[in-house]
Amino acid sequence: MRQKAQIMDREGIRRALTRIAHEVIERNQGTGNLALIGIRRRGVPLAARLAERIREIEGSSVPVGTLDITLYRDDLTTLAQQPLVHRTEVPFPVTDKTIVLVDDVIYTGRTIRAALDAIMDLGRPRQIQLAALIDRGHRELPIRADYVGKNVPTSRREVVSVRLQEIDAEERVLILEKE
Amino acid sequence: MKKDLLGLQQMTAPEIARILDTAVPMKEITGRQIKKVPTLRGRTVVNVFYEPSTRTRTSFELAAKYLSADTVSISASASSVVKGESLKDTARTICAMGADVVVLRHPMAGAAEMLARTVPAAVINAGDGAHEHPSQALLDLFTVREKTGRLDGLTVAVIGDILHSRVARSDIWGFTTMGATVRLCGPATMIPPGIEATGAAVCRNMEQALDGADVVIMLRIQLERQQQGLFPGVREYARLFGLDEKRLALARPGALVMHPGPVNRGVEISPAVADGVQSMINEQVTNGVAVRMAILYLLSGGGKNE
Repeated sequence: MRQKAQIMDREGIRRALTRIAHEVIERNQGTGNLALIGIRRRGVPLAARLAERIREIEGSSVPVGTLDITLYRDDLTTLAQQPLVHRTEVPFPVTDKTIVLVDDVIYTGRTIRAALDAIMDLGRPRQIQLAALIDRGHRELPIRADYVGKNVPTSRREVVSVRLQEIDAEERVLILEKE
Repeated sequence: MKKDLLGLQQMTAPEIARILDTAVPMKEITGRQIKKVPTLRGRTVVNVFYEPSTRTRTSFELAAKYLSADTVSISASASSVVKGESLKDTARTICAMGADVVVLRHPMAGAAEMLARTVPAAVINAGDGAHEHPSQALLDLFTVREKTGRLDGLTVAVIGDILHSRVARSDIWGFTTMGATVRLCGPATMIPPGIEATGAAVCRNMEQALDGADVVIMLRIQLERQQQGLFPGVREYARLFGLDEKRLALARPGALVMHPGPVNRGVEISPAVADGVQSMINEQVTNGVAVRMAILYLLSGGGKNE
């Protein structure tokens, strides 16, 4: 994979998350009924950071959960080897909550479809919203993000790689191209 | 992952670890209010049981249902087996109807392996004669790892009728492969000659086997085999090889007590120990469903049954 461009640096990611945190609070008029759920893997640290930002702004903490969508994927019958399943950890009841799903990149929308089903199996939230650091287009399902860090027009041959301190020991967003 | 789960003897430590790791998120699902994920939608799991079983069959059936697979259970007494149909023909018939996974319990050692070579479906050995019972050993491994955080370096005592126990064999392979030491103890008539070749050590008495052990696995004494005269009597067996509180005190403090069930209370294990704080017997049953979900998931990899 060839690196084509860097579209976000450390500061860019920080500012985008701060803005999203403000938008979440504004749209939901506070943090009263709010909970964040990060989608493995890179949605997890992003959700934790968003919760931290919200706490700094509003002074109240929101519950944070982790979702593994492997068992809900729609392509399991086409894969030769079953992918590893990790833990789903949602240590609060989702019923009647406003859930903000957090992921690094929204692309085809299939991951979000799986995540919506996974959350529904945990209870009946009042509302589910979606936050993504990068929206790269090419949706295959009628799904959209409520909060977007950056819209990036891409071609299907490209790969958007979000690199986060907690997982990758660096902090930037790259566009890679298959050679 | 291979096509089938036939026994732990052929499995490597990473393969076993993968199943145990996958069982962790599966256990979370079994604790939910809605115990259902859509993963194996459209897959068919057929339980074929040529021997009576409550927990293993129910456990596999629930595991399959929690993963949204369709399940059918066939017991030998109520099927064409009584009309003289062979195992191979029964299996071919089931597979012709579209079974993706066949779970087989059979009184003959090697039955599952023979079946695996015959049919395209994934075959899970749910007990074949006195050979292996891999899903039981995997749930034992899972339970120990969950409680103690490791398997490597532990000392595991397996006590009772080793000769007739497929659980003992699978446990020996599983625990030794994962780096634990296995000690065996039972009446001399029930210790198969040459069992040391598996890497397990044979102890002369209970005291020696229990000394400092981290895990004590008590095997069911198969009362239906008592007429063979392998041990003099139930009462003497309980006195020499039964686990009571006094004997359990020889093991490491807090050692885990396990039993594959069904339990003969007062024979191989005293009621006080079976219901005590160190007993994992109910935990084992709960974990059995999660471990079998992991097995079904991993064996249902796509694109290979075409």
